[in-house]
Amino acid sequence: MNSLATNLRVVRALGMRSIRQTFRRPQLMAPIIVFPTLLLAIQTGGAGSAINLPGFPPVQSFLQFMLAGAMMQSLMLAGNSGGIALAVDIEMGFTDRLFAAPISRFTIVLGRLAGTAALGLFAALWFLAIGLIFGAEIESGVPGALIAIALVTTCALAVGGIGAAIALRTGSASVVQGLFPLVLVVLFISTAFFPQDLMIEPAKTIAEYNPLSFVVDGIRDPMISGISGSETLDAVLAIAGIAALGLVLSARALRHRVRTG
Amino acid sequence: MPAIVVEGLERAFDEVFAVQGVDLAVDEGEIYGFLGPNGAGKTTTVRMLTTLLLPTGGRATVAGHDVVKEARAVRTSIGVALQEAALDPLMTGRELIRLQATLQGIPTAEGKRRADDLLERVDLAEAADRRVGDYSGGMQRRLDLAAALVHEPRVLFLDEPTTGLDPVSRKTIWEEVRALNDEGTTVFLTTQYLEEADQLADNVGIIDSGRIVAEGTPESLKAEIGNPHIQLTLDEGSIARAEEVCGGIGKLLPPKDGRTVLVEVENGAADIPQVVRALDEAGIAVESLELVRPTLDDVFVEKTGYHLEQEEEESPEGEPVEA
Repeated sequence: MNSLATNLRVVRALGMRSIRQTFRRPQLMAPIIVFPTLLLAIQTGGAGSAINLPGFPPVQSFLQFMLAGAMMQSLMLAGNSGGIALAVDIEMGFTDRLFAAPISRFTIVLGRLAGTAALGLFAALWFLAIGLIFGAEIESGVPGALIAIALVTTCALAVGGIGAAIALRTGSASVVQGLFPLVLVVLFISTAFFPQDLMIEPAKTIAEYNPLSFVVDGIRDPMISGISGSETLDAVLAIAGIAALGLVLSARALRHRVRTG
Repeated sequence: MPAIVVEGLERAFDEVFAVQGVDLAVDEGEIYGFLGPNGAGKTTTVRMLTTLLLPTGGRATVAGHDVVKEARAVRTSIGVALQEAALDPLMTGRELIRLQATLQGIPTAEGKRRADDLLERVDLAEAADRRVGDYSGGMQRRLDLAAALVHEPRVLFLDEPTTGLDPVSRKTIWEEVRALNDEGTTVFLTTQYLEEADQLADNVGIIDSGRIVAEGTPESLKAEIGNPHIQLTLDEGSIARAEEVCGGIGKLLPPKDGRTVLVEVENGAADIPQVVRALDEAGIAVESLELVRPTLDDVFVEKTGYHLEQEEEESPEGEPVEA
């Protein structure tokens, strides 16, 4: 068996382990599904008339608008949970088992990211199902839903890279867990939960340049209107940027960890 | 051909040397016992030999491969069971062994077969589908050992495989290590238990403060020490006087605790009556008396000036820290 095939098998096996680990540890699963679902329910139940505000984009319902935000929150927390799980592996010595195996050490990171991407996929499907059950329509139909799913899945992988980098650099689950509020802050100063036109300064300007806004707009666009090439392209570029940053930081952190033991 | 060759191996953390100039050689098919207290440099040495930590000086080869330049070839040849079995409590035993087989590049069907065989071998077949977090300490160590064997390694590194285990579990691990060695596997075993090194190892290296202070077969090391000693247990108030009396008969050794006197004697059992008479004449009551043949602890005392097991009792948990 060639080296690439072996490494792909390892990535798949580690990805499967990562998924099982998340489903078996409620404290990893809760932030990915339970919290965003509750927040979605509270926001759509309590602030549904916000869609009548001047400047609010034309949408069928507040739920239709909020689905992209819930997916974004879920994928961000999936990335954070992936980082926590990797840090736990480091703390309990499980990564030593992986480092002592004759594999490319970066497959350890890729395996974790594969698991995070799968959780992103699960989150996308979960919130699409909730939306459809509660009457939200996907304006651009199946192609739009597929674009949203693809963006959520790849963005989960990209964000997971940053979580993995922090885990590898610090080796501390509590440090990665401590980033949980920061994740929410970065998310709240994007267009995930509020239209940019309704924000006040400086949040409005920050949201304009926040890469997460590009991603969330790319996810939301096919749901509330039609597929827009430019919105999708901006989202893809933002995800590529986050992924590149995450992978470079992960590679550097991995090298540092291997060097220092 | 030696399975492990270590020459001048060093590892410094900032300015502190955890390992300083270790030299050793382990022959193919040998069990090498690496004995020392916490913080002596055992784990740091093992981590360098298993490619988990880069040396800052010296060189080492394992199974003929340089641990720095040919790290992946080393990792193909070795099995590793590290201190505090590094297991995922959420996985089942079967999942762990199968994952380990995948990590070693073993095809899926073969990996499943080997997992079943190994779980049977370490008597975990019935618990194979239970989560590792529900296993006892002994079961976890046996699983860790099985995982290290999935690719039939030439050299097996066991870092304190029985620390914290009850005597029955410890014996089970010993039997498995002996069986593996009989099958031709070279075993590098670190331990802080004298009895473990004495029972299992063909050769023993004693490490203290990052340096090898003695090396040889357990028998040759004990022969170096030479004479047996008499261990006397006395009332605490009599210790100083007893030491004075016994010091005139043989050489006093560092005491294990506040109620014992250890005196090395040239003629073994033949010297006991003389010691008893002298103590009786001095009016010192003896609670118990035992003739003790040289052990690896005596070797340790001779080389380091303190008892290994006493050191373990006095060392606060987790200190000093080994990388």
